Amino acid sequence: MPKKLPEYNASSLADIAFMLLIFFLVTTTMDVDSGLRRKLPPMPPKDMQIDPNNKIKDRNIFEVLVNSKDQLLVEGELMRVEDLYEATQEFMLNDANASHLPEKKMMDVPFFGETLVTKGVISLRNDIGTTYGTYIAVQNELVRAINDLRDDISKRKWNKKYEDLNTDQQKAIRKLMPQKISEAEPKKVGGN
Amino acid sequence: MGKFRKDGKKETPPISTSALPDIVFMLLFFFMVTTSMRETDLKVKVRVPQATELAKLEKKSLVSYINVGEPLPQFQKSFGTEPRIQLNDTFATTSEIAEYITSERAQRDEAEVPYMITSLKVDENTKMGIVTDIKQALRRVSALNINYSARKKVQR
Repeated sequence: MPKKLPEYNASSLADIAFMLLIFFLVTTTMDVDSGLRRKLPPMPPKDMQIDPNNKIKDRNIFEVLVNSKDQLLVEGELMRVEDLYEATQEFMLNDANASHLPEKKMMDVPFFGETLVTKGVISLRNDIGTTYGTYIAVQNELVRAINDLRDDISKRKWNKKYEDLNTDQQKAIRKLMPQKISEAEPKKVGGN
Repeated sequence: MGKFRKDGKKETPPISTSALPDIVFMLLFFFMVTTSMRETDLKVKVRVPQATELAKLEKKSLVSYINVGEPLPQFQKSFGTEPRIQLNDTFATTSEIAEYITSERAQRDEAEVPYMITSLKVDENTKMGIVTDIKQALRRVSALNINYSARKKVQR
């Protein structure tokens, strides 16, 4: 019978492991970085001419202004951030085809066939004195309104949420309900 | 027939602790995998705003951070209380952003450059003027993917 090896004392191994563990606990962060994804427009070339005929019609623009007192002016009217969600949805949907709301264009969208697609564009302009928190709140409401509309369409068609669809289906819905938020260069829009 | 020993003074054997390191190592690996190394020391106070439509930052290696906020109390003597930009470990001005982005790009693979994201960690009380300046600076070096860092808002 071979000689039994003596069992070695492993209790200090735990201490070493604990030390490593504590080191990692202290030096690392747990927070998941998340935020609003946006894409900035590329800088226009210097010699670009602005074509006056290429202007977007007034009814197709949803104008959102934020001033330095964090007040909201939507389509010429004062509004609270809480009401922006509904106003955005009304603008993007334009169910009744009202004349002051955006036009619609016949487009061939995959899965949906020939459908009317809104030509609406959201224009966001803020003052240089606007608080960042308000700016994000406004952005968030606009994105939330459009995301919910996309969810609606997707639920009606596939009975699934937008984010659960495959890439082609998502692409179709993005075409059907575009998220066009354009940010104008900030100006001093009154009130300091 | 039964063989029952009756030792009055039988010592309890020592509990084997050899499984303890295994457990601790498991914890250790869990933390190593789920967390990320703290890269910079924040010198500005940043409390990011709340939002609901959040997207996670997927590839941490492709993200460069720009922090904006009031300098922490210990730096206020030399840098004032106005919101400042922090790149890496130092305070910076908007004109240094272009340089920062170029150096970040140089560290990455060329194929990955189009997927790089700039995460703006801006304090919610900052004025938009400084944020717009940053955005313009980013546009000039065509770093167009940005991410406004935000916390998850608790639904009312």
